[in-house]
Amino acid sequence: MSDSGGQTALDTFPRLLMHHAKQRPDQPAMREKEYGIWQTYSWAAVAENVRAIACGLAELGFKRGDRLAIIGDNRPRLYWSVAACQCLGGIPVMLYQDAVAEEMAYVLQDAEIRFAVVEDQEQVDKMLEILPEVPFLQHIIYDDPRGMRHYTQPQIKGLDELQEMGRIHDRNQVDFLDAEIEKGASDDISIMLYTSGTTGKPKGVCQTHGAFIAAARGGAEFDKLTDKEDILSYLPMAWVGDHLFSFAQAMYAGFTINCPESGETVMTDLREIGPTYYFAPPRVFENLLTTVMIRMEDAGWFKRRIFGHFMDVARRCGADLLDGRPVSAGDRFQYWLGNLLVYGPLKNVLGMSRIRVAYTAGAAIGPDLFRFYRSIGINLKQLYGQTETCAYVCLQPDGEIKLDSVGKPAPFVEVKLADNGEILVKGPMLLKAYYKRPDATAESINEDGYFMTGDAGFFDEDGHLKIIDRAKDVGKLNDGSMFAPNYIENKLKFFQHIKEAVAFGNERDFVTAFINIDLEAVGNWAERKGLAYAGYTDLAQQDAVYALIREGIEQVNADLASDPMMSTSQIKRFLILHKELDADDGELTRTRKVRRKFISERYSVLIDALYGGKDSQYIETEVKYEDGRSGKIAATLRIEDVKTFSPQGGKQAA
Amino acid sequence: MMMNDMAQAVAETAQGGGRRIGEVILDLQNISLRFGGVKALTDISFDVREHEIRAIIGPNGAGKSSMLNVINGVYHPQEGKIVFRGEERREMEPYQAASQGIARTFQNIALFKGMSVLDNIMTGRNLMMKTTFLHHMLFWGKAQREEIEHRKKVEEVIDFLEIQSIRKTPVGRLPYGLQKRVELARALAAEPSLLLLDEPMAGMNVEEKQDMCRFILDVNDQFGTTIVLIEHDMGVVMDISDRVVVLDYGKKIGDGPPDEVKNDPKVIDAYLGTSH
Repeated sequence: MSDSGGQTALDTFPRLLMHHAKQRPDQPAMREKEYGIWQTYSWAAVAENVRAIACGLAELGFKRGDRLAIIGDNRPRLYWSVAACQCLGGIPVMLYQDAVAEEMAYVLQDAEIRFAVVEDQEQVDKMLEILPEVPFLQHIIYDDPRGMRHYTQPQIKGLDELQEMGRIHDRNQVDFLDAEIEKGASDDISIMLYTSGTTGKPKGVCQTHGAFIAAARGGAEFDKLTDKEDILSYLPMAWVGDHLFSFAQAMYAGFTINCPESGETVMTDLREIGPTYYFAPPRVFENLLTTVMIRMEDAGWFKRRIFGHFMDVARRCGADLLDGRPVSAGDRFQYWLGNLLVYGPLKNVLGMSRIRVAYTAGAAIGPDLFRFYRSIGINLKQLYGQTETCAYVCLQPDGEIKLDSVGKPAPFVEVKLADNGEILVKGPMLLKAYYKRPDATAESINEDGYFMTGDAGFFDEDGHLKIIDRAKDVGKLNDGSMFAPNYIENKLKFFQHIKEAVAFGNERDFVTAFINIDLEAVGNWAERKGLAYAGYTDLAQQDAVYALIREGIEQVNADLASDPMMSTSQIKRFLILHKELDADDGELTRTRKVRRKFISERYSVLIDALYGGKDSQYIETEVKYEDGRSGKIAATLRIEDVKTFSPQGGKQAA
Repeated sequence: MMMNDMAQAVAETAQGGGRRIGEVILDLQNISLRFGGVKALTDISFDVREHEIRAIIGPNGAGKSSMLNVINGVYHPQEGKIVFRGEERREMEPYQAASQGIARTFQNIALFKGMSVLDNIMTGRNLMMKTTFLHHMLFWGKAQREEIEHRKKVEEVIDFLEIQSIRKTPVGRLPYGLQKRVELARALAAEPSLLLLDEPMAGMNVEEKQDMCRFILDVNDQFGTTIVLIEHDMGVVMDISDRVVVLDYGKKIGDGPPDEVKNDPKVIDAYLGTSH
C-alpha cells in the first residue's frame, strides 16, 4: 500500500490504524481474556470500534485540541479511546489508575479535562469525588458497566451507549471521520504523559505523532519486529514504555497486543499467550526467578542434580551461543541436551518459549539475574530512555550485550555528553513541550536543541553508554576523579548479603561506605554456619559477618579497578551500621532511595571516624518504632579496611 | 417521560441502592425444632421479603444455623409451617430446596478441597445439567454444548467475584478468605433466588470483610437475589441488612430494622451487651 503512489503518508496513528485495517483486516490486532477465553479483535474490528468511539465523542461535542483523560487497566477499549481521540485531533492524557483522587484532580485541572474515559465504577467514583474541583469536567464515560446501574449523574455515560451514538453518527455523516483524520498532521500532539513528579508537581509531557512514530519505527527496525509479534500489555497505560511498546510499536508494525484478564492473572496469561516480544522491569524478572528457584529446591534429588548440571552448562556457554560467538562442539551438544531437558521446559513455565526480544529498564538489573535469562536462551536486553524521549535513547544491539551498559544510541538518536558528564540527547523523539510550562521546557532543552536528561554517564571503548548516576549526585574526589555514589551502591547491593549501602567520597581523599546487611540472607547464612546471634545489631557486628561483607566489597573493588573511569572509586574503608536504614526514621524515601544528605548529617560521627582512621566508634541513635514510640539504639561499630586493586592489574571480578 | 425516569431514579436511589423490596417470599410460622429433648428452636415466626437482605443474629447456640437448615430442608421442624413463594412446604430434601432456587454457603467451608476452584463452582450447576452420564462420557454434541453453556455462566460468576487468578488452583491451597469467596461463587452459580449465607465473614480480616460485604451487596443489587445471612460482626450486620432477627436460646427476642434492633433493651441484654 505504501508504495502505491498518491497515498497519504502514514505519519499519524489514525492513518496507521486505517492502513492496517485495509492491509491486514483479519489479522488479530488485540486480544483480551474475558470469561476465561481469549477474545480476539481483528484490525478491521478495532478500526470499526475506534470509529464508533470517535464519532460518539464528536457527537458529545469533543473538539480538535480537546484533552481526553484515560484512566484504567490495560483494556482494549481504553486503547481504542486513545486512537479515537487522536482521530479527532484531540490529545489523550493518560493517568495512573491507582492514583488517589486528589492526585488525579491536579492533572485534570492542569490539562483542563472536559472528557474522561475510565475503566470502571472505582474510577468513576474518583471522578465524582473530585468533580467540585474540576467543574469543567463534562463527560465521564465508563467501560465496565458493573455496579453503574444506579448512577444518575448527568455527566456519566457508558462506552456502549457512546459507541452506539457514534455508529449512528458515522452512518449519517459518512465522510466526517475520514475528513477529521485527514486534518491530522505529524506535528500534532498525539499524547500527553505526566512525569511522576518526584521533583515538584507532575508535568505533562507533550509528544507528537511524529516523535512516537519515529521511536516506534526505530525500535521496530532495530529489532526486526514484524506484524507477527505478540506482546502482553500489563504495565500501566500512563507509563511511556507501555505507550511505546503496546501502542506506538503495535500501530507501526501491526502486531498483536494482548490484554491480561486481571492484574493477578498476568503470569498465567503470559504463559498462555507466549509473547514473542516482552518488556518487564527487573523486579518482575527477579520474582520469576525466585519462584523457579524455590520450586527447584523442593524438587527431588535427581531433578536437582540435572538442573544444577545444565545450569552450569548454560552459564558456561549459553550467553555465547545467543550472541553467536564460537562455542566448542562438546558444549554445543551439552547445551542442546540441556535445552531438551531443562531450559525448554523452564522457558515454557515462564511463558517465554517464543520470546525473540525481551527488554528491561527502569532500574539497575543484577548481573546474576541478567546472565541467568540470557544463559537459558532468552534474548534479554536493556534500554534507556525517559518520558521526554519516548523511552527511546539507547538500545542494546543483538550480539553486543554488556551487563552494565544500556547499549548504543538508537537509530535517529544523537547522544552526547556535557562537560559534567550529563547525558544530552537529540532526535525526532524529543518532547514538543511541557504542557503550559514554557519555563520547564526551556530549562530542559538547551540552546542547541539537546534534551538534558539529568543522568550522568560515559561511553565505553565500544561506544556503549553507561549510566552511572543522577548528574546532581555525581561529585569529585580530591584528586579530581569522578565519584558516582549510586553506581557504587548499586554494585554493592547486587551482592545478596548487602541490603542497602551508602557511599561517601565527594571532596574526600577516598571512598568509604556504610553497609546494611540483609537480615534474611545473612541470617540464613549464619544459621547454616551455626553462628548464634541476637537480632540485627548483634549479627551486624560479628567478625564472620564483617569478613563476609569485606569479601563482597573486595569483589566490587576488583570490578571497579577494571574500569578506568572508576578505578579511583574503590572502597577503602567500611562499617556495618547497627540499625537498618528506615523510611520511618527519614533515612530512606518511601520508595526506598537513600537520603544521602540526611544520613551524612545524622551519622556525621561515623563519617568522621571512617576518615579519621579510627577502628571503632561508639554511636547512639534515636529510632522510631512502628507504633510511634521512639527509643535509642547504641552500639560500638567496628570500622575495617578493604583491599583495593591497582587500576589495570585488578583481577577480573566474576 | 423524562420526568418519569428521573423521578423513578430518585426514588430508587432514595431507597438505598435502588432495590425494590417486594412481597414476602418466605414465611416461617411458629417453627419449633427438637432433637430428642433438646429444643433447638421454639415457636419462631418471621418472614423474608423479596430482594431484601435479612440478617439472623444471636449468641452462640441460639439456633441460627438450625434456622438456616430448616429453610433449606436439612432439618424438618416438628411444628410450624413454611410458606415459600405462596406454597406451603411439605417435608423436603435439600436438593429439592436447591431446585426451587435456594442456595447456601456453610459456616465451616464445605468445598471439595482437592478440586480446582473452577470445578468446585461447576458443581453449583449440577442440578441444572440435563444430559445423562453416558452423554458426558462421550462428551459430544448435546453434552458438550451444555457444558459450554454452564461454563459460560460459571465464568460470569468468576468475573463477578474477581477470582480469575485462582480459577485453576486447587481449593485446598487457598487462604481462608478466598475459600469463602469460592463458596459464595458456587452458591451463585446455581442462580439462586434465595441465598443463605452462614457466617460469610467469620475469621476474616478487615479488608476481606469489606470485600465480602461489597460482594454481598453487589449480588443483591445486580441480580436482585434475596439474602438471609448469619453474622456475628455487628458492624457488618447493621451496615448491610434491611431487617434483623435476633434469636436467643432458640427463641426470637427481636425483629426489625437494624436501628430498632440495636436499641432494643432485650437484645442488648442478651447479645450486644451493655458495656458500650
